[in-house]
Amino acid sequence: MAFEAIIKPINRLGRGSVAAIAEIGYAGAILFESLYFAAVGWRRGQPVRFSAVFEQMRQVGIDAIPIVLLLSFTVGLMLGIQFMSALGEFGAQSQVVVAVAKSVTREFAALITGILIAGRSGSAFAARIGSMNVSQEVDALAVIGIDPVRYLAAPSLVAMLVMLPTLTVLSNVMAILGAALYCSPLLDISPLVYVIQTLNALELRDVFEGLSKSVVFALIITLVGVSTGFGVSGGAEGVGRATTRAVVLSITMLVVSDMVFSFFLNR
Amino acid sequence: MSAQPVIDVQQLNVWFGKHHVLHDVDFRVMPGEIRVIMGGSGSGKSTLLRHLLGLLRPRSGMVSILGTNIAKASTAETLRLRRQMGVSFQGGALFTSMTVGENVALPLREHTTLDENTMRIMSRIKLEVVNLGGFQDLMPSQLSGGMVKRAALARAIVMDPKLLFFDEPSAGLDPVVSAELDELILQLRDAMRMSIVVVTHELESAFKIADTITVLDRGVVLLTGSVAEVRASSNERIQDLLNRRPRKIEVDTDEYLRRLTEVDAD
Repeated sequence: MAFEAIIKPINRLGRGSVAAIAEIGYAGAILFESLYFAAVGWRRGQPVRFSAVFEQMRQVGIDAIPIVLLLSFTVGLMLGIQFMSALGEFGAQSQVVVAVAKSVTREFAALITGILIAGRSGSAFAARIGSMNVSQEVDALAVIGIDPVRYLAAPSLVAMLVMLPTLTVLSNVMAILGAALYCSPLLDISPLVYVIQTLNALELRDVFEGLSKSVVFALIITLVGVSTGFGVSGGAEGVGRATTRAVVLSITMLVVSDMVFSFFLNR
Repeated sequence: MSAQPVIDVQQLNVWFGKHHVLHDVDFRVMPGEIRVIMGGSGSGKSTLLRHLLGLLRPRSGMVSILGTNIAKASTAETLRLRRQMGVSFQGGALFTSMTVGENVALPLREHTTLDENTMRIMSRIKLEVVNLGGFQDLMPSQLSGGMVKRAALARAIVMDPKLLFFDEPSAGLDPVVSAELDELILQLRDAMRMSIVVVTHELESAFKIADTITVLDRGVVLLTGSVAEVRASSNERIQDLLNRRPRKIEVDTDEYLRRLTEVDAD
């Protein structure tokens, strides 16, 4: 009996690890196949269509612009408020410009945009592919001779790799504008001067740090969403579970990978 | 040429975990033949179909479609094979984001370089064939069950396949519509010289359309033969199926107790 009490958790841990590794391998295969089809698919009779990529770009990118702008502006404003009050205690209010500029470009713009798109598009990938899986549409694609990864995953991946960094740039601009509007009167400068000071404070590597993160976030969101969708079983309930899982898992991975990135890039 | 079977399955064995789903299945379909795979639920007929479609790869045994061994086929060979096969799924599996016309034209769009006009005309011709002329602009959600199946059939035959698979054509349809579908299947074979494999558990429809019937039961092929041979079979399980008799379940006491008491693996 005692033996079994020891064996059981180990057993469960083993199975869990195998499942996790299998899932990482599956996501890796989807990544590899998507890139393969995007690069040479047209020569193998499996082209990744521009029209499909543009449609995905519209869905994950263009349609998300208003909400990204709104959220980024609000976060910028909030950072302005916090830094003004925190740095004000040391009489270092003039440093607010630098603090906002660096924290937005390196961290917040990419993270906020990533979390937003994970909730918006990661769940949509999982739900769309999951429900197609349940209604045998994925099988139908395969027997028609259309590789499901090429048709369903590759356009999303390409679109995300382009649009998430683009949205992150927009988010940078809006967040800094938000901070500028709140801080410039308190600092006795015009918003334009605030922006110029921000541009002077920023280095190229600050922006690149944020953008490189957003590329990784795009990979995480797409691969988690798509692989969860392809793994759906168990009807409508399964689709619902997959959607929730895709969002929770991708946001978790996003935040953890962000932390790892920040650690290595700022040593 | 005519001696070459279009489908050749030999000694196919399939396991799902501990369950032996298909036992040494041999299955051969000749060109121009309408073959019905018949069997109750859990007989393994869907699993056999998924192997014939190349959606599952055989672990043991051989599946050869139009002379190509599925397990050994390269990606290009598989693609070439799939252009010569049409499949109509049980629930239709129409793409819900596209209109009926776009659904039917999709194989043409992906596999041919025809211009838009030709594709539109060809897909409309196929919709006319299945009596859905004029419905090309509707969305799949706006169609009735029988219309979905017919639209799925139009999509399956749009590339003029040599081999057509039809999963449960009459499931969930009223008798008149399902009789019409049977008629359509017969016409397709005569007009287009297709070989057709139909999976069904509807006896009436099976007897009407089949040249030959394969009866599957618990993963074993009980019999492959003409309609008359199946009707005349003395096999008890086949007669149960024909006469809608509940099967007699023999209880193996030891096996029964083992199932009740065994510890789950996970």
